Amino acid sequence: MAQQGHMQAGSTAVLDEPVLGPGQNYETITESVAQIPLSSRTPLGWVFGFLIGLGGLMMLQMAIGWLLLRGVGIWGNNVPVGWAFDIINFVWWIGIGHAGTLISAILLLFKQQWRMSISRFAEAMTIFAVACAALFPLLHTGRPWLAAYWLFPYPNTMGLWPQFRSPLIWDVFAVSTYATVSVVFWIVGLIPDLATMRDRAVSKVKKHVFGVLALGWRGSARHWHRYEVATLILAGLSTPLVLSVHTVVSFDFAVSVLPGWHATIFPPYFVAGAIYSGFAMVLTLAIPIRAAYGLEHLITMKHIDNMAKVMLATALIVGYGYVMEAFFAWYSAAPYERYMMFNRMTGPYGWTYWLLIFVNIGLVQLLWLRSVRYNTKLLFVLSLIFNVGMWLERFVIIVTSLHRDFLPSSWDMYYPTRWDFMMFFGTIGLFLTLFFLFIRFVPMIAMFEVRTLLPEAKVHVDHGPTGGH
Amino acid sequence: MSAEQLDLTAIRARLRDADGRQPWRSLEAVAETPEFQAYLHREFPANASEWLDPVGRRSFLKLMGASLALAGATACTVQPTELIVPYVRQPEQLIPGRPLFFATAMSLGGVATGLLVENHEGRPTKIEGNPEHPAGRGATDLFAQASILTLYDPDRSTVLTQLGEIRPWGAFITAMRASLSAQAATGGAGFRLLTETVNSPTLAWQIQQVLAEYPAAQWIQWEPLPRDNARAGARQAFGEYVEPVYDFEAADVILSLDADFLSAGPAGNLHAARGFSARRRIGADPDRLNRLYVVEPTPSVTGGRADHRVPLKASQVGAFARAVAARVGVAGVTGSAPAGTDTQVAGIAADLAAHRGRALVVAGDAQPAWVHALAHAMNDALGNTGTTVRYLPTPEAVPSEQLAALRALVVDMEAGRVQTLVILGESNPVFTAPADFRFAEAMSKVQTRLHSGLFHDETAELCHWHVPGTHFLEMWSDARTFDGTATIVQPLIQPLYGGKSPHEIVATMTERPERNGYDVVREYWQTQAAAVAATPGTEAADPAATFERAWRAWLHDGVVPATAHTAREVALAEGWAAGAAPAAADGVEVIFRHDPSLYDGRFANNGWLQELPRPVTKLTWDNAALVGVATAERLGVANGDFLDITQDGRTVSVPVWIDPGHAADAVTVTVGYGRTRAGRVGNGTGFNVYPLRGSASPFFGPAEVQKGRGRYPLVSTQDHWTIDGRNIVRSETLEGFKANPAFAKDMEHLKLSEGLTLFPAWEYKGYSWGMAIDMNACTGCNACVVACQAENNIPVVGKEQVANGREMHWLRIDRYYSGDLENPDTYHQPMPCQQCENAPCEVVCPVAATVHNDEGLNDMVYNRCVGTRYCSNNCPWKVRRFNFLMYQDWNTPQFKLQRNPDVTVRSRGVMEKCTYCVQRINAARINAKREEREIRDGEVVTACEAVCPTEAIVFGNINDPESRVARLKASPRNYATLAELNARPRTTYLAAVRNPNPSLPSNPTVGGHHGANESATGSEH
Repeated sequence: MAQQGHMQAGSTAVLDEPVLGPGQNYETITESVAQIPLSSRTPLGWVFGFLIGLGGLMMLQMAIGWLLLRGVGIWGNNVPVGWAFDIINFVWWIGIGHAGTLISAILLLFKQQWRMSISRFAEAMTIFAVACAALFPLLHTGRPWLAAYWLFPYPNTMGLWPQFRSPLIWDVFAVSTYATVSVVFWIVGLIPDLATMRDRAVSKVKKHVFGVLALGWRGSARHWHRYEVATLILAGLSTPLVLSVHTVVSFDFAVSVLPGWHATIFPPYFVAGAIYSGFAMVLTLAIPIRAAYGLEHLITMKHIDNMAKVMLATALIVGYGYVMEAFFAWYSAAPYERYMMFNRMTGPYGWTYWLLIFVNIGLVQLLWLRSVRYNTKLLFVLSLIFNVGMWLERFVIIVTSLHRDFLPSSWDMYYPTRWDFMMFFGTIGLFLTLFFLFIRFVPMIAMFEVRTLLPEAKVHVDHGPTGGH
Repeated sequence: MSAEQLDLTAIRARLRDADGRQPWRSLEAVAETPEFQAYLHREFPANASEWLDPVGRRSFLKLMGASLALAGATACTVQPTELIVPYVRQPEQLIPGRPLFFATAMSLGGVATGLLVENHEGRPTKIEGNPEHPAGRGATDLFAQASILTLYDPDRSTVLTQLGEIRPWGAFITAMRASLSAQAATGGAGFRLLTETVNSPTLAWQIQQVLAEYPAAQWIQWEPLPRDNARAGARQAFGEYVEPVYDFEAADVILSLDADFLSAGPAGNLHAARGFSARRRIGADPDRLNRLYVVEPTPSVTGGRADHRVPLKASQVGAFARAVAARVGVAGVTGSAPAGTDTQVAGIAADLAAHRGRALVVAGDAQPAWVHALAHAMNDALGNTGTTVRYLPTPEAVPSEQLAALRALVVDMEAGRVQTLVILGESNPVFTAPADFRFAEAMSKVQTRLHSGLFHDETAELCHWHVPGTHFLEMWSDARTFDGTATIVQPLIQPLYGGKSPHEIVATMTERPERNGYDVVREYWQTQAAAVAATPGTEAADPAATFERAWRAWLHDGVVPATAHTAREVALAEGWAAGAAPAAADGVEVIFRHDPSLYDGRFANNGWLQELPRPVTKLTWDNAALVGVATAERLGVANGDFLDITQDGRTVSVPVWIDPGHAADAVTVTVGYGRTRAGRVGNGTGFNVYPLRGSASPFFGPAEVQKGRGRYPLVSTQDHWTIDGRNIVRSETLEGFKANPAFAKDMEHLKLSEGLTLFPAWEYKGYSWGMAIDMNACTGCNACVVACQAENNIPVVGKEQVANGREMHWLRIDRYYSGDLENPDTYHQPMPCQQCENAPCEVVCPVAATVHNDEGLNDMVYNRCVGTRYCSNNCPWKVRRFNFLMYQDWNTPQFKLQRNPDVTVRSRGVMEKCTYCVQRINAARINAKREEREIRDGEVVTACEAVCPTEAIVFGNINDPESRVARLKASPRNYATLAELNARPRTTYLAAVRNPNPSLPSNPTVGGHHGANESATGSEH
C-alpha cells in the first residue's frame, strides 16, 4: 500500500511531487469533475472544438462514400505499394490506443496511483482510437462488404474457413478482442461515477440517463467488492493485450518475406512505439483539457512529468530498434536487406527516414531536461511532433520497403491522393468528435478513484476501496 | 440561353430609355427575350409552374398519377418468356462450349501471316498462328494478336455515308458507275485507285481487269512506311524487283545494317525470328550459337540481341557498310569506316570473311537503296546466295516504288487531272503522306473522292463517300506471304457493321458491280489450275467437284499448295555500284520509325497496343523523341522536356525520352501518334510527327533540334534501368559457358540446403506443371504480352492508371541494361507468375483466396478474394495485379463478344494474376480423360508459349522427364530467380549465353556475385 500523497508544498523539488493539488477534499474533487457534464452551460471553446471534429467526420463520410462507390483506386496505392496510408493509419491509431490500456491495466496492477486521474480519458482515447483504426483494415480491402464477415470463422455452406496462417486473421482476433475488452473495462470503471452523476444531476433527463447507465449502483460494500474483482480480472485480461495486440500487428509485416518487413525485432519495437505514441497522444489531450477545465489540481505536473518519462523510455527502445534494423541489414549480408536500408536512407523517400530519426531519436532527448518536462506548452508541441514522428515511422516501414523490393523492374513510387488525406484527417475528425462528446457528457476523471488518494481515504487503510492484497 | 441572335440595337435603346441606374444581369435580361421570360417564369424549370396553373396542374397530376400507377403495374407484369431455341440446323462440328478453329491470314505491309482463329459459337475470340504457314510456323506477332480487338472496336465506322448522310449500298454503286462512265471517253484518265500494298492475288487480278477496261486509269499503292528502298536496292543490284528471303538458321555470322528483323513487323520477321533463335538455343552443340552484329541508330529488339551493337547515325550506316564491303572483297567498293568504328569494321569484316557461305548481311528498310545494293553485293561476294539468302518474286502482286507513285498522284491532283479518287484500306494518306506533298490540299481538287476503310479516319473525313470496310476476320480474300505462299482469307463472323471488302468495292468498278467477295475469290482461284492440281486427294471426274475439294483443303489447311515462289537466278547488274553514295551530313539527324505498337498509326485505337509497353523504352500511351544519353546532356533535356525538331522549315515539338544506346546526334521519332480521328482510345494520344516527315527524307534526314518549352508526363512501366548487382538476369560468354556450363547456378547468392525444412516435400503424383523461359531465345518482342491479354480478358486501364503503377498485364517483360551507358547490353526477361511451390502469397491471404492445387498451380479464386492486397505485397516478383477500380468494360456489347468465355471477367476489388492458362490445361484434361489417356507433352500450350516467335517459352509437365520443359529444366543453364527465398518457383529461366567476338570490346556479362563484374551505370532517371 502506497503511503505517499499529501506532501506539503515547498518540499524539495527533487522529491516526488504530489499527484493531487493542495487543499483537496471529497467535495472539491467530485464537484470539479462532475460539474463539467452536469453543467447546462456549454463552453464556447467546446463548441468550437466539436465543430472542427464534426467537420472532419463529415469529410470522412464523404471519403468513405466515394471509396465505396469507386473503389480503393481513389487512393494512391498501386503495385508494388499495395498498402500505404490505409495501413499506416491503422497501425498509428492502434498504437495510440495502447497508452490507455497500459495506464488502466498495467499501471493498475503495479499500483501506480498517479494513473488514477488520467486513466478514464486515456481509456476513452483507446476506444476512440481503436474505432478509428478498425475502419482501415475493413475499408482498405477491395470488397469491404465481403471482408466484413469473410475474415471471421463462421460455419458456412461452402465449408470454408479463413486462412489461419495469415497474420491478417490474427489481426482480426487481436483487434476485435482488444476493442471488446477495452470497451467493457471502460464501462465497468464508469459505473460508480455514473451513480455519482445520477445522484448529483438536477435535470430529470440526466437523472434518468445516468440512472440507467449506473446499472443500479448504490455503493454498497458488496458492490464495491464485485467491482474490485471485475476490475482486477479485466486488468488481468488487458495486460497481455497491451503486449499482444501490437505484436500481432507487427506480424502483419514480420511474417512476410519483404526486406524491411521481415524482421524479428518487430514485436517489441512495435509495442514500445505504440506506447510512445500513445503517451504522446494522452499528453496532447491532457495538456489543453486540464487548462481549459481548470483541472490542474487533479492532473498535476507530476502526471505530465511521469508521462514524459514513459515517452522518453519507450522512445529509447524505439531508437534502439532503428539502430538494430540498420545493423541487421548490414550484418545479414543479404543484398536485398542491405539495399532496403540504403534506399531508406538515401532513396527518394530518404527525407521521411531522416525526419523520423530526427524526431524519434533526436528531438525526444529533450525530455531528459526537467525544464522541458515541466513546460506544458513546449511539451504539448513536442507531443504533437512525436505523433507525427510515429506516423512517419509507419510510413517508412510500409512504403519505403514496398516501393523497391526484389526486382528492380517492379520498382515504383507512391504518391498519396487527396482521398488518402481526407481519410486520414477524417478519422482525426471522428476521434475529435467522439472525444469532445466524451468530455462534455461523461465524467472524464475517475472521481471515486481520485478520492481514494485523499488522506481522508486512508483512515480505513486495510479495507479501503483501492486496497486489495 | 438564347438560340436567336440578340438584337443589340434594341438592347441599347432599352437601356437608354430605362429610368435610373437599373442593374441588368445579362444581355438576354435586357432584351426581354421570350427565352428569358420563360426562364424567369420557370425558375424551377421542369413542371414546377404547373402548380400555379389550375388547368395545367390537373393534367399534370393526372399524368403523374397515371404514370405512377402504370409504373406500379409493370412491377406486377410477368416478364415475357424467353424461349431457348436450339439450332434448327446444327452447324457442322459445333458443340456449344467448345471452340472451333479456322485458318485465315492477316496482311500487314503487303505480307501475310497465317492464322488459326478460335471461334466460340460464331464469335472469333483469339488468334493463334497457323503451324502450317511458312511465315509464323504457329507464331504470330503482336499486331495479329491485337487485331481481334480492332474487329470489335465500337469506334469502327458503321454506316455508308455520302457527305455525312447515310446512303444505301446501291447509291454508292450508282455513284461509282456514274463517275466511271464519265471517264469512259478518256479511258479512265481521270480515275485513280489508291490502295495499301496489295498482296492479294485476287484483288490484284480484279484491279488489273479494271485497268484493262480503263487503260488510262492509274493504280497507286501506298504504305506510310513503304519498302521502296528494299525494292529499289534490289533493282539497282539485280535489275529487277526481287524479295531477298533470308535463312537465318543457316547463318553463322549475321550483320544487320539497321535491319530490325526480330521486331514485330512485316517482311517475314516471324520467319526470321524463328530461324535466328534456332541458332541461339544452346543444345548439345554450343558451337551452333550464331553471332549477330547490329549497326543501328535506334536501340531495337534486334540490337538488344546483338553480340556486338554499333550505335551509328542512320546516315553513317551506309559508310560503315561500304567499309565492311571493301574489306570482304566486294569488287569496286572502297570506303573508310565512320570515325571511331575502325576496330568494329575490321572485326566484323574478318568474321564475315571467315564464314563464307554461312554469313549473312541484311539491310533495313530505312536504309537507302544503295545500302541494300551493297548488302546484296556483300552476300554475293561472300557466297551466301543460295545458302543463307534466296531471291524470290515479291509477295505483292505488282511491286512499285510507292513514294514516287504517290508524288505523281499528288502532281496530277494539283493539276486537276484527277476527277475520281478511290482510297481503299488503312493507309490513310491524308494523315500519313509526306508533309511536303500537301496531300489533303491536292485531294480537295478532286471532284469525287471515295473512301473505304475500317474507320471514319482523317482521310474519310475529307472524302465525299465513305464505305465501312471489313476487318480481315469478316471477309473473303486471299493473301501471299513473304515467300509467295498464298492463303485463302475466310471470314469468322458476318461483317459486324455491314462493311464491304475491297473485292466488293473494286467489283463496283466493273460491269458486275454487286458481286460478293466469296464469288470473286473463288472465281480467281478456279483459274489457278496448278494449285488445284497440287492439292492431294482432290481428283474427281467433275472439274467443279475437284475444285470444291481443293478449295475445302485450302480453307482447312490455311495454305494453298504450290503457290510458294521459286527462287530466281539473279546476278549483280553491271554498274550496280554506280552513283556516288552521299556523304553523311554532320549535325543532328531525325529518324522516323514505325511505332513498335501502333505501326503506322492504323492501330491507334487499339487499347491493348496503346497500353503495351514498348519493347525497349517501356513507354506506353505516347511516342517520344528518343535521344542518347550524351545527346540529351548536350541539349540539356531530361525525360519529358519538349524538344523542337525542325526539318526544312517544318517543326514539331515532341517530349524527350532518354534511350541508352541511341546513336549520338540523332533523334528518333515514331510515327502513328497524334491522331485526331482514330476513335475514343487513339485520339489525342502522343504526338503526330508526320507533319515533320518530308518526301526527301522519309526515313531519316538532317534536322535542327533544340530544347522546347514545357514538359509532358511520359509514362513508362519500368523506371529503373539497372539490375543493381542482382542475379535476376544471368549471362555468360560462350567461352565462359564452355568452361562452366552451370555458371548460372554458381551465381546464387546463397545455396539452400535440402534439409531447410522439417516437412517432407509434397509429392505430386499426377501432373506437375512448370515453365522454362530461354533468355537466349527471347527477343522481348511483346507478342506474348498481347496474347496473354487477349486470352485472359485482361482490361486496359489507361495512361493515368499506368502512371500510377496499376497496369494489369499478367505477363510483363522486364528490361535491364548493363554496361556502357552509351551502348549498353539489353536483357529482356518475361515475367509471368512464378507459380511458387512455397508461395509467399498463399499463406498471407486471410480468406484463402489463393491456394495451391494438386498439380502445383498457385490458383487464384476470384470469387473468394476480398482484396487485401497482402498477397501482392508479399510477392517478391510483384506479378500480381489488382483491380483498383472498375477497369473492365462491362457495358460495351462488342467487347462482350470478344471475351474468352473460358476465363472469368474480373470485377473491381479483386486480385488477379497469371494462371498458366489453367483453362487450357482443363480443356486438354477433358480431351485426355475422354480418350482415357494422359495429357500429352505439348498438348497444353499457354497463350504466351503459343504465340512466341522464337519458342522461348516452354510449358509442360515437369513430372514427365521426357517432356520438353523437363528437359529444359535439366539444362545446366536453368536457374530460378530469387532462389534464396526458398519460394521454389515453377517458372525458371535459362541463362543467356552471348557470343561476342573476342577481338572486339564488349560489355561484361551479368549476374555474378554482388555485381562485381557489372559496371554500375544507369540510374534512376
